Amino acid sequence: MGEALYDYALRLGDDSLVLGQRLSEWCGHAPMLEIDLSLANVALDLIGQSTHFLKLAGEAEGKGRDADTLAFHRDVLDFRNCLLVEQPNGDFAQTIARQFLFSNWQELLFRELMHSKLEVIAAIAAKAVKEVTYHTRLANEWMVRLGDGTAESHARVADGLDWMWRFADELFAVDAALETLIGDGIAADMRLFRGEWDIRVDKVLADATLEIPKPRRAATGGRIGHHSEHLGHLLSEMQFLPRAYPGARW
Amino acid sequence: MSSEWPLWEVFVRARNGLAHKHVGSVHAADARMAIEAARDTYTRRMEGVSLWVVPSAAITASDPAEAGALFEPAADKIYRHPTFYSIPEHIKNI
Repeated sequence: MGEALYDYALRLGDDSLVLGQRLSEWCGHAPMLEIDLSLANVALDLIGQSTHFLKLAGEAEGKGRDADTLAFHRDVLDFRNCLLVEQPNGDFAQTIARQFLFSNWQELLFRELMHSKLEVIAAIAAKAVKEVTYHTRLANEWMVRLGDGTAESHARVADGLDWMWRFADELFAVDAALETLIGDGIAADMRLFRGEWDIRVDKVLADATLEIPKPRRAATGGRIGHHSEHLGHLLSEMQFLPRAYPGARW
Repeated sequence: MSSEWPLWEVFVRARNGLAHKHVGSVHAADARMAIEAARDTYTRRMEGVSLWVVPSAAITASDPAEAGALFEPAADKIYRHPTFYSIPEHIKNI
């Protein structure tokens, strides 16, 4: 079970870590001071979650690697995050579209994981679900504000959503490795809340006067390390300092 | 864009039982956004348990030119201060 749990904890931790890093790229660049702060807050929540999950991954692996080692000294092929979170920020509307799809999913995921038979996962989820409930609220409201805003904001958020939509199916994909952990009551079965996610998304899109994007071939592969070209660039920036100056302190 | 968003005054209640206290202001397009901006700006270090936001335009301020007439007459009314009561040590807020 150690290996399966290692892999699962990486999936959970890498989702949060990579999206946290992406959002922190906005720091100092957001359209307004208030938005700058709120995106940075979300980023910090996510990085906090990843610290817990990566610590768990290191323990499951049993080779003495801690959360920092896993975050900063692992190569791109060993990352297990979904493709959605590594997508570039684009403009503010595209960032919000990504957050909207992800946070609604992550909130439902953590609500399930609160009942995990593995106590440490249940505890992380119980703490994080409050943070993520707020992320969902923030993203949902921005979707409506942009979609039902000006012609320009509508067009931008529709474009952003159209780009991000192809990465949504991967959020719900269950492979053999995960199936075992679901059977053990440790992992959450995402298929169980796909319907609820669809209802939530449809409702917000209706309020935002946005069309549900046309179905297209789903992009998948992140869970087995087949990433888009964007992740390597993100990691090179994130990992540069600890790799160039091992053990650096300030 | 930012110049088009109205200003909101932010009030935070630090603990139940205390009054909401003015802490600053945020820019926001609507009240929900103002609450979120206030939450993210002013309560990230556990400063509060409740928030109010009020459109700054809804606030009527006293005229500084009238400060003399409004406030100075209180200066020599020492009998209005409840200094004749002793407050027990353990009372923190009154």
